[in-house]
Amino acid sequence: MDNTVPSRTQELIYEMTVGEVMTGQVVTVEPDTSMNDLREVMRSNRISGAPVICDDRLVGIISLEDFINWLAAGSRDATVADRMTQNVTTIYEDEPLVRLVSRLDQCGYGRLPVLQRDDDRLVGVVTKGDIIDGLMRKLEIGYQEEEIRRFRASHVFDDIIADQTTLMLRYDVVGNDFRQAGSGATRLKKALGRLGTAPQVLRRIAIIAYEAEMNIVIYTEGGQLQAKVEAGRITIEANDHGPGIADVQQAMTPGYSTAAEWVRELGFGAGMGLHNIKGCADEMSLDSAVGEGTRLTATIALPGKAE
Amino acid sequence: MILKDIQRELDADLLVGQDNLDLAIEMACGADLLSDVLAFAKSGALLLTGLTHPQVVRTTEIAEIKAVCFVRGKRPLPETLALAEEMGLPVLCTALPMYEACGRLYRLGLPGCSQAGEDR
Repeated sequence: MDNTVPSRTQELIYEMTVGEVMTGQVVTVEPDTSMNDLREVMRSNRISGAPVICDDRLVGIISLEDFINWLAAGSRDATVADRMTQNVTTIYEDEPLVRLVSRLDQCGYGRLPVLQRDDDRLVGVVTKGDIIDGLMRKLEIGYQEEEIRRFRASHVFDDIIADQTTLMLRYDVVGNDFRQAGSGATRLKKALGRLGTAPQVLRRIAIIAYEAEMNIVIYTEGGQLQAKVEAGRITIEANDHGPGIADVQQAMTPGYSTAAEWVRELGFGAGMGLHNIKGCADEMSLDSAVGEGTRLTATIALPGKAE
Repeated sequence: MILKDIQRELDADLLVGQDNLDLAIEMACGADLLSDVLAFAKSGALLLTGLTHPQVVRTTEIAEIKAVCFVRGKRPLPETLALAEEMGLPVLCTALPMYEACGRLYRLGLPGCSQAGEDR
């Protein structure tokens, strides 16, 4: 079931470019280098092949295999140009790794020269090993960043010594302002994400906050959205100052809505909002008094060590 | 499949996201009701919709939608495009109606959110 969800490595081969993993310093030879000299170039640099460059242009590639074939053929006087492979398969430095993998697969070579996109100049060489090294480096960095973020989050709850620690985040919501609607929920999501909230929990909180914020925007003159973060749980509270809900039970019924036509045209007001909130929350309560206001409270338990 | 495959199959214009043509898309959902997107779409899905206002982009951020495709030849409002650019959300635009756009992608092997694995 999980095979439809890409692993971080799978994502990385789409995100990372050839330029990020290639070797930039490349030993090259010229077409009129003799095959005898090539042996010394390969030996002293411990390489098994080299791109052939003439007037800044890549004209071919010469490998250990070409060299052995030359020896086997009697090692008569020859230049690199005589024995090299022309029509070289190349790759641009800005292409994603996934394309490099498939090209290496297609052509069967172990390495490809890397060219700069605008002028086709050789900027490096890339091998299968470089791909692995590059991915490992990136995963390592990602792991460290994750660690730092965790530390920051735990800092709030573990390093502050108190019987109870509460973090309160509050966002003002302007009524009837559809342009800004949802900005409170998106900012809240970002903030809680930075605090290291688990993705599954974060998504549920974001949906609750967003639906609650939309309700304030659609039905009221304005209010506040707030999140109370404590050890073990997060509580979302949405408050407004009217007009209030006459029949709370009816309002909770899926599909029941009093939204105006313009709200429905925007893809909201189908009577699913409160139902969605209930589905995402571990606990939910709705208190309302006509003419006074409405208070919606939704709680989500945080998984993990805090109990 | 990747975003480029989807663009080709739907004969769609890419309005935002030239750098994201290789973005992997594993599932999709079609909806003209944003509450349904919040309730049923999974993290990482492609959204097909006929709604064109900026709330669509905000909803994609909350629901962790990876890319959006406007159907029925609807062009998004300028503020919608501006918000999508700001958030780095790839935006496609196809002349196909909702049912046909969804049908073509489904035929191509792109599953719906209820079939795809648990979201992360």
